[in-house]
Amino acid sequence: MKIKSTEVVDTFAEAFRMFGSRIIITAETKEWAMAAAQSITGFATSVIGCKCEAGIEKLINADESPDLRPGVSVLIFAMDAESLGKRLMERIGQCVMTCPTTACYNGLDEGTPVIVGGQLRYFGDGYQISKVLGGNKHWRIPVMDGEFLIDDKFNVQEAVGGGNLLILGKNQKATLRAASAATKAIRDLTDIILPFPNGVVRSGSKVGSRYKSLIASTNHLYCPTLRGAIEHSELDDGINSVLEIVIDGLTLESVETAMRVGISAAAKPGIKKISAGNYGGGLGQYHIHLHQLLASKDWSGEI
Amino acid sequence: MTLKLNLHTQPDVPLEADCICPDRMQSLSNSEIEELIIFHGNRQVPLKDFFECTGESDGEIVINGDLSKIKHIGSVMSFGKITINGDVGVHTGAAMSGGEIIIEGDASDWLGPEMLGGRITVKGNAGHMVGSGYRGSTIGMQGGEIIVHGNVKNETGHVMRRGLIVVGGNTGDFTGVNMVAGTIIVLGEMGIRTGAGMKRGSIICQTKSELLPTFTKSCVYQPSFLRHYFRYLKSIGLAIDDALMNSPFERWCGDSIELNRGEILLYAGK
Repeated sequence: MKIKSTEVVDTFAEAFRMFGSRIIITAETKEWAMAAAQSITGFATSVIGCKCEAGIEKLINADESPDLRPGVSVLIFAMDAESLGKRLMERIGQCVMTCPTTACYNGLDEGTPVIVGGQLRYFGDGYQISKVLGGNKHWRIPVMDGEFLIDDKFNVQEAVGGGNLLILGKNQKATLRAASAATKAIRDLTDIILPFPNGVVRSGSKVGSRYKSLIASTNHLYCPTLRGAIEHSELDDGINSVLEIVIDGLTLESVETAMRVGISAAAKPGIKKISAGNYGGGLGQYHIHLHQLLASKDWSGEI
Repeated sequence: MTLKLNLHTQPDVPLEADCICPDRMQSLSNSEIEELIIFHGNRQVPLKDFFECTGESDGEIVINGDLSKIKHIGSVMSFGKITINGDVGVHTGAAMSGGEIIIEGDASDWLGPEMLGGRITVKGNAGHMVGSGYRGSTIGMQGGEIIVHGNVKNETGHVMRRGLIVVGGNTGDFTGVNMVAGTIIVLGEMGIRTGAGMKRGSIICQTKSELLPTFTKSCVYQPSFLRHYFRYLKSIGLAIDDALMNSPFERWCGDSIELNRGEILLYAGK
C-alpha cells in the first residue's frame, strides 16, 4: 500500500496495556503553568528507564480551567495503577508544588482514585487545611508564596502505551522533516502524548541484549550504519535514516487516530517507507495494523 | 408525581411536623399520609387537620402556605426534595443527611441544626443558629450545604464541624462561634465577635470587619481555593462579582484562646 511515493508496510505496532492519568496544572500565568508542566514531564520518556512516560497534552484557557487561571494538561502513564500513584505523588510533589503560584487538579472524571494530595498534605507539617466542595476534597498546603492547592485524589484508568510509527527516509534531513510534520499534526489531538524529545525517538529499542544486565538494547535491524554488518536488516538500499514516533493514549482509539494522522503527515517526498515496531506479537496486548488504519472509514488521505 | 401539601388551617400554637419528610412519606398512600401524627402544641392530631394532601409521593414534596408556625419539616431527611412555597418555622432540616430543601420565603431560627448532608436553600432570610449545634452539643453541622440568599441572625455555624454555609446578605453576631471546622462565606457584612472560640475552619467575608483581639493578621494573599467556591456560588445563582475571583484577602488566624488554627479571610480588594 502506498501513499504517493511512500510505501506503508503491511505490519503492526505492538502496544501495551498501561495505566494513565490526566493532571491539570494551573498558575497565575501561562508561563508558570508551562514551567511546572515541563518539569513534571521531564525524564519521563520510557518506562524502561524512567518508571513512567509523560507529556504535555494541551494548553487550557483560563475560562476552561478549574480555577479560572491559565493551565496545562499533562498525561502520565505507568505499567500499573499503584506505580502510577507513586509517580504522581513524586512528580507533583517535586515539580508542581515547588513551582510558584501553581495548583494541581485531577483531570479524569472516571477511573480508579489514587490518593495524591492526601499524601502530599503531610508536607504541610500539620498546618495543612482540607476543604470539601461538591464532594471533591482539596488540600491547602501552606508554602512560601501562599498556598499550594491540590486535589485529594487523582483518577487513573487503563490506557494504551507504545503505539508507534517508524519513518524510513532517504536521508536524515528528509526523515527529520517528516517526523516533525507528523508530531505537529498529532499534537493537535487530545487524549494522547508523545513522550520522547519533541515527540521523536532515534534510539528505537528491541527487547533484550547480549549483555545480561540490560533488558533492552538498540534496534539494530533498523540502524542504517549496521546494514552491511548484519543479516536480516529491515532497511533497503537507499534508506539512510530512521526515526520513531511513540504514542501513549488514554484509549486505543486515541492511539489509532494519532497513528493515522501521523502516517498521513509523514508520507512526504524522501520517505521511502512508513513501518511500525513490534516484538512478534507475543508481548503487547494491542496490535495496531497499519493497513487496517488506512482502510478505516476515518482515513481521508490519498492512497 | 409530586406530593402536594396545602396548609388549610393556620395553627394557634406551633405544629411539630417531623413526619413531613420523604423518608416518612415514601410508599404511603395519601390517606395514610393524612393520618400521620403531628403535635399541635402538646396534643397529637392527624396531619389532615391542618394539611390537604394531593398528588402522589415520589420523593418530592411541595408545601404551600405560611408555614412559619410549622416546626421540624424535613428533620432527619435522607433523600428527596422538599419545596416550601412560603416561610417556614424552626428546626427545618434538623439533622438531615441527604436530599434538598428549598424555601422560597424566610426560614426561622435553627435552620439545619446538626445537619449531616444534603442542601438547604433559603431564597429569603433566616433566623438565629443557622447550621448550629443544639445547646450542650460540642459538634454542630457535620456536612452538607446551607445557602441563604438573604440575611441571617446570630450564631450562624455555632460548633460547626464540616460543610458549607453561605449567606448572601449580612450575618448577626458570633458568626462561626466555637467553630470546629468547615466553611462559612458571608457576601454581606458580619456582626461583632466573629469566630469567637473557633478551633479550625474558615470564615470568609466580602467586606471588612472588626475582629476580636485574639485574632492575628497573617498576610494579604490570593487564596486559590476561593476561586472554586466563588465559581460554585455563581453556578447556584448567587451574585458574585468577577473581580472577587482574583482579589486579595487578608488572612487572620485565631482564635488564640483555642487552637489558633482557624482563619478569617477578609476581602482586601478595595
